Amino acid sequence: MASMRDIKRRKGSIQSTQQITKAMKLVSTVKLQKARNRAESTNPYFNAMYQTVSSMLKRSGTIMHPYLKANESRKKAVVVITSNRGLAGGYNSNVVKLVTESGFAKEDVQIYAIGHKGKESLERHGYEIKSDDSDVIEAPTYTDAAEICGRVLKAYQEGEIGEIYLAYTHFKNTVSHVPTLMKLLPVELDEESEETGKSNVLMTYEPNDEEALDVIVPKYITSLFYGALVEAVASENGARMQAMDSATSNAEDMISDLSLKYNRARQGSITQELTEIIAGASAIS
Amino acid sequence: MADNERMFQVKIITPDRIFYTGEAEMVEFNTTSGAIGVYKNHIPITTVLAPGAVIIHESSGEKVAAVHAGFAEILSDKVTFLAEIAEWPEEIDVSRAEEAKKRAEDRLAAKTADVDIARAEFALRKALTRIDVKGM
Repeated sequence: MASMRDIKRRKGSIQSTQQITKAMKLVSTVKLQKARNRAESTNPYFNAMYQTVSSMLKRSGTIMHPYLKANESRKKAVVVITSNRGLAGGYNSNVVKLVTESGFAKEDVQIYAIGHKGKESLERHGYEIKSDDSDVIEAPTYTDAAEICGRVLKAYQEGEIGEIYLAYTHFKNTVSHVPTLMKLLPVELDEESEETGKSNVLMTYEPNDEEALDVIVPKYITSLFYGALVEAVASENGARMQAMDSATSNAEDMISDLSLKYNRARQGSITQELTEIIAGASAIS
Repeated sequence: MADNERMFQVKIITPDRIFYTGEAEMVEFNTTSGAIGVYKNHIPITTVLAPGAVIIHESSGEKVAAVHAGFAEILSDKVTFLAEIAEWPEEIDVSRAEEAKKRAEDRLAAKTADVDIARAEFALRKALTRIDVKGM
């Protein structure tokens, strides 16, 4: 049996770890609230954008536009949004796993990394890191999203890449975050999710169809980018909150287990001492 | 009080918030092909916005906002603006806009190879819009 002093020292170290995890949990709870409000306030913009773009693309059969058909390049750009800091449970590794298990050939993939953790671990897996904008994730703004988006779209237009994907963590609610790999370009829309009511309206586009597409599609992609960034921040803090919560309760369990052991050892040593005293006394008499 | 028949819904949405939502009789704004005014029962049209003032004629008066970059979706009973940036006059800092204007003009005047003309022009237009809207 471990000595009383060893147990006491171990208990103390677990207690101080618990204090840290508790504090981290509180911090990420507050950050989560903020991030969630932001994520929710971007929703109306994104939904309106999605409706416009999908109703637009529904009649796009007649429009020939580079955004709507794949170009020759086999290269795929994947924008990977992770966090800059760890201790968030499986948050980062889940996103990385999305990319490594996506079935894309390693040499065809170019990574546009946002977030140190994802960048480092994909680098270790041997992926080509095209750019690194990790600072953005600290406080994502629409301007940042537009800037990165512009760069990726430029590479697409120049034929350097043929497809654009986005890997991020979708913030469903506080406890549920879903790692998502989404195809951005060429634009594909899932048929079922479109409502039929709006599509009957025959929309006119100004100045003309192509130019309107030229302007609206990049804005659509940017809004997806921005939405993904904001949601990723919310998910990160949600994941960290959960991880820290379970770490705190694990520490609680360990401490109560150790207290039991400590008390038992203390009782054992007292009993032993008494036995020794009594044995000594009876030896004298 | 204006006739209810003539009112339609106007929404201005930016990435960060729902900037404006309400009923209006007419809206005026700039598009890349010129300034237009929209009444109820307009034909459905989606048009690209140019930086400029959006004037919303409500039953109780006019509201002016500066809107930069985005597009508008016009339906017979609803107009939705999806703008990247939208501001009320009271949110605009004129001295900052004046500075931005000067910076953009300098950059355009310099015309060196490393100046992104399109960007400078856009910045200039943005600054001018802000100053205009504030002065309205």
